[in-house]
Amino acid sequence: MDITWIHPFWALLLPVALAIPLGRFMASVLDPPPERAGHGFDRLTHWALHALGRSKPQAMDWKAYGRAFLIFNLTLFVLSFLALEMQTWLPLNPDGKGSLAAHGWKDASGTMHENADTAVIFNTVCSFVTNTNLQHYSGEQHLSYFSQIGVVMWLQFVTPACGLAVMLAVIRGLRGDRNLGDFWHDLVRSLLFVFLPLALVVAILLAASGVPMTFSGAADATSLEGVHAPIARGPVASFVAIKQLGTNGGGFFGPNSTHPFENPTPFSNLVEIVSIILVPMATIFMFGRMIRDAKHARVLFLVMLGMLLLGMFVAIGAELGHGPAVKGVAQGPLLEGKEVRFGPIASATWAAITTATSNGSVYAMLDSFQPYGGLVPMSLMMLNVDYSGVGSGFLNMLMFVIATVFIAGLMVGRTPEYLGRKIEAREVKLAMASLLVHPLLIVTGTALFAATELGSKSVANPGPHGFSEILYEFTSASANNGSGFEGLADNTPAWNIGTGIVLLLGRFPSMILPLAIAGFLAEKKYTPPSLGTLPTDGVTFGATLAGVVLLVGALSFMPAVVMGPVADGLSRQAAPESPIPAQTAEPGSVQSQSKDAH
Amino acid sequence: MGIATLEPMPDVEKLKLNRRSSRHLRLFEPGLVKQAILRSIVMLDPRIQARNPVMFLVEGGALLTLMVVIESIATGADLGLILYQIALAFLLVLTVLFANFAEALAEARGKAQAKSLRDTRRLTTASRLGDDGEIELVPSNELKSGDRVIVEAGAIIPADGEIIEGAASVDESAVTGESAPVIREAGGDRSGVTGGTRVLSDRIIIEITAEPGASFLDRMIALVEGARRQKTPNEIALAIILAAFSIVFLIVTASLYPMARFFDVTLDVPTLVALLVCLIPTTIGGLLAAIGIAGMDRALQANLVAKSGKAVEVAGDVDTLLLDKTGTITLGNRRATRFTPMPGVDEHELARLAALASLADLTPEGKSVLELARRDFAVDSNAPDGSQFIEFSAQTRSSGVNLPGGLSIRKGAPDTLAKAALAAGHEIPENYQPIVDAIARDGSTPLAVSRDGQIVGVVTLEDILKPGIQERFLRLKRMGLRVVMVTGDNPLTARSIADRAGVDDFIAQATPEAKLAYIRSEQAGGKLVAMMGDGTNDAPALAQADLGVAMNSGTQAAKEASNMVDLDSDPTKLIEVVEIGKQLLMTRGALTTFSIANDLAKYFAVIPAMFVEFAPLSSLRALDVMGLASRGGHQSAILSAVIFNAVIIPLLIPIAIKGVAYRPVGASALLRRNLLFYGLGGVVAPFLGIKLIDWIVDPILSVLGLA
Repeated sequence: MDITWIHPFWALLLPVALAIPLGRFMASVLDPPPERAGHGFDRLTHWALHALGRSKPQAMDWKAYGRAFLIFNLTLFVLSFLALEMQTWLPLNPDGKGSLAAHGWKDASGTMHENADTAVIFNTVCSFVTNTNLQHYSGEQHLSYFSQIGVVMWLQFVTPACGLAVMLAVIRGLRGDRNLGDFWHDLVRSLLFVFLPLALVVAILLAASGVPMTFSGAADATSLEGVHAPIARGPVASFVAIKQLGTNGGGFFGPNSTHPFENPTPFSNLVEIVSIILVPMATIFMFGRMIRDAKHARVLFLVMLGMLLLGMFVAIGAELGHGPAVKGVAQGPLLEGKEVRFGPIASATWAAITTATSNGSVYAMLDSFQPYGGLVPMSLMMLNVDYSGVGSGFLNMLMFVIATVFIAGLMVGRTPEYLGRKIEAREVKLAMASLLVHPLLIVTGTALFAATELGSKSVANPGPHGFSEILYEFTSASANNGSGFEGLADNTPAWNIGTGIVLLLGRFPSMILPLAIAGFLAEKKYTPPSLGTLPTDGVTFGATLAGVVLLVGALSFMPAVVMGPVADGLSRQAAPESPIPAQTAEPGSVQSQSKDAH
Repeated sequence: MGIATLEPMPDVEKLKLNRRSSRHLRLFEPGLVKQAILRSIVMLDPRIQARNPVMFLVEGGALLTLMVVIESIATGADLGLILYQIALAFLLVLTVLFANFAEALAEARGKAQAKSLRDTRRLTTASRLGDDGEIELVPSNELKSGDRVIVEAGAIIPADGEIIEGAASVDESAVTGESAPVIREAGGDRSGVTGGTRVLSDRIIIEITAEPGASFLDRMIALVEGARRQKTPNEIALAIILAAFSIVFLIVTASLYPMARFFDVTLDVPTLVALLVCLIPTTIGGLLAAIGIAGMDRALQANLVAKSGKAVEVAGDVDTLLLDKTGTITLGNRRATRFTPMPGVDEHELARLAALASLADLTPEGKSVLELARRDFAVDSNAPDGSQFIEFSAQTRSSGVNLPGGLSIRKGAPDTLAKAALAAGHEIPENYQPIVDAIARDGSTPLAVSRDGQIVGVVTLEDILKPGIQERFLRLKRMGLRVVMVTGDNPLTARSIADRAGVDDFIAQATPEAKLAYIRSEQAGGKLVAMMGDGTNDAPALAQADLGVAMNSGTQAAKEASNMVDLDSDPTKLIEVVEIGKQLLMTRGALTTFSIANDLAKYFAVIPAMFVEFAPLSSLRALDVMGLASRGGHQSAILSAVIFNAVIIPLLIPIAIKGVAYRPVGASALLRRNLLFYGLGGVVAPFLGIKLIDWIVDPILSVLGLA
């Protein structure tokens, strides 16, 4: 048997094994009982906050908590915008990079526009503040080390911590605490006790396996032919560590995790794939610990795991096949667009895991995937509940849980309740609003760009494949994933502003609405479960939840998906005479295929 | 005083039969169907449709399609296309009509029941008692709350009220459909009378308690009549979910048009409307109102008058049932089963004394003592002339007789008689207390008998459980309910009966305050409590309970404090109430699931058909897994999906009106069962249904040459 088949198994088993103790640990350090808060290691939290004049935690209801979260994010937005605009004058810029806006952009016809384009900064800031890391620029070419560390890496630390903080507040509401916690304390604890130590460990492991970690400028190399070429490097190991741990995904280098400096060895590959999914998995166990209902959390975990497994194996199956286009012509799996070091199984596994979590780091060109192989990452982002972003994935799943509990609860002859609290019109309204946003953004965005020259002129392929490129871009933006399908000339003001807005709307409503629901539920009376109560910890509930997620996903996205990847796949089966699968936007330029860069 | 033209005295027998038949209506009673059809056309009025966003959207779609039809005719489009668009417009209107019909039918059924009740409210003449004691004849509809009327034997009670003087046997069959007359009397917990019922014997004075048109029945009638029907909280929440789904599908279908422009394809607008209507949850949207009304209908069929739709919903959520022991758990009356004499007393002698003491006791317990003595000991118990009978009083807690020879016999509570014996200087036999305790522990009631103050023995009064009550409680337990028995007995007796009947808890020596406290403590633990009561002193507890059901025979205060009134005054009704509530909620959930699960098949029918004629997307024909439109062209697939979508509404009316059967198998098993039926069934059924319809429509289209 082909030994590469082992890859998907350790890629899942290892993080599951690590996530269980990590989840317990997170519950105990992030949600300390009052008598432990501020003592022992937690004294660090208080010292850190003392500097900000806030050492005593304040009781916050959902509005106060939401306000703190929004104020913090607004501040991040403004500061990051300024830093990228002015990176020329800021330190740590050995290669003398200019403002990110100064690079101009190429329009669909290939004409270069030299004038400054602030839209790319808007897009980049939206992208990093929303924990998305959609990149319409190429890191090593356009960003100084200060921007990489002070803006990108800093946001890669704090945005998942923000997501985790809101998740903590929501869980407290679900278990009936009127006081949802103090946002600043939760934020600092998440940084100090979860992301910093984990990133340190991963960075050391990566550096040990050969990932560069330096503040020197690009190295100058002379090739065998005597050509001088600068080789980009930098503080890569620390960057990649948090990029993977915090469901960020934005690469230090344009080619992201295919770049040998980001991912040099099988060992670094193992470390990275575990880091991608570890924290999102652990948060679910943390949830179970915090609500003292490990069984319910386990059901959510298994539903997510089941969908991920399904996605992984469909993608692997599609990529291992020869594909209809080259039937009888080529032998062995198709390798176009894939890093040959990894091959099709690892590429498909990574593609599934990185889109299930809202990570989005890439190591193969999805544009060159088989149609159904490319359908998997798209579908996982459309569902957006499969572990997904740190905190945000759980919150999305929670909205589905509420919808499921409502309908299933009726079917056992009671007015619906979740964790002992009644789900009524107000909660339903908020949950449905939150669920509505995601399809709304994807479908209307795609419709707008597909129907006009905004989109039709920026695709690299005609027909369904080109349509998929547009659909994927909006899906990735709305899901705050950040991976790119490629083949799309997306560094234009229209794309930058369009996806920038989608990024913001994909992030903030789906954080604030669950927070409001948790706040309202916390004020309701608790009813202990009886035999007549819908059990939320069994196989039946798990199957129902999975059914609702898949059905709602299918119903919302089926027409769009059908016109994109499905029509793509079917038409290739119908027309095997066209032997060229799909062209990538910039063929052969493995160096510049970024997470989404052009 | 103007005398209104009085209607002839209603035929009570006819009213009874009317009420009975209204409780057992056929599903599609021809008269009601006709009424419902007319009403469903009236309901096309957009102002009425606006109350239901899902169907409003369908109506809007129909209108848009009609406009496109006119445009097609004006621009001289292909005849086939015009006919297809007309067919679609017709089907969309039909969908709305079917939904209207479901609601109108449920409403008509409710009205039919309400009418049979309202018919009892004929205009009769009432004898109003003036302040000066003079009697004045007034039409019954002029009676106000607080008026006092005299009702003689044979007369109809003119309005809801409470007996303030006298007792009578009353024939309530016009309201309940049950023939047996009932006793109603002043001063107790059975003083309530209903307008339209007939006094059979005696003469009573009634104080009217309802303003004209505001009786319980009037409120109930308002609840089933659509116009004034208010949506319940759960219905509102579900409507939000349905609206959200509709918005998603509106966006999805509306965006298909611009998306298709990417392929230089211009989609047909009526086809998009057809897709939208297929996707939005029209099935549950069309049946939602009917389900709610049918829930009220079912309550009324069980002779339960709910004061609001919410009351029926709450019933499904109840966690704890407070049931009175007497009449619910045990047969109404305790019966004497054994005489236990004290040392030195003959059993026969004890029987004789007990019988003598019970001669004047007309309570069922008293009679049963006499019966046992006569049957087992052949006691000839005729009181000697000049016997003086002592009635039971709450102070002495005993009753008995003083014989002419100076002998005094008492029977009563063991502790009272023991105290009296000690006070009179007698000794209490050593085995007295153990015997008394043993009887109480067995769940029976000990009754002591004394002769001249000296205790001579104990009578065992046994509580007899109602047949089948254990099975009913087992069923309730499997539903997840806690049953609490409420009794005036002492804790020992109460525990024993509780154990025998299989209830979870009991309140012994229950006072109204104890009941209220128990309800509050359950509620503090997050439980919803239901109880039934009749007395004025039950009123606070009835008001505190989440679901209070008053007996129709009860006092006005009890009825005011409760959410429902049981016309049968049947204490076991509480169990039925819970099942009706659960059924209502389950029906909503099941049909919602079915409606949404249906959509998958409709996508597979409509999407390939919609794109198949356009070259860049024609490969999507492969998605047509049902093999539709093999002859008549793609339009057959779309029409079939829309027809299925419309026809499924009337097909599900029986389920909506009768309700999904509730089975007490535990929530998990119930969910699995309903998911299998309505979830999986909802996915599969339309694949078969649409294929079947297409099998008919397809050849017709090809014959018409519209392909």
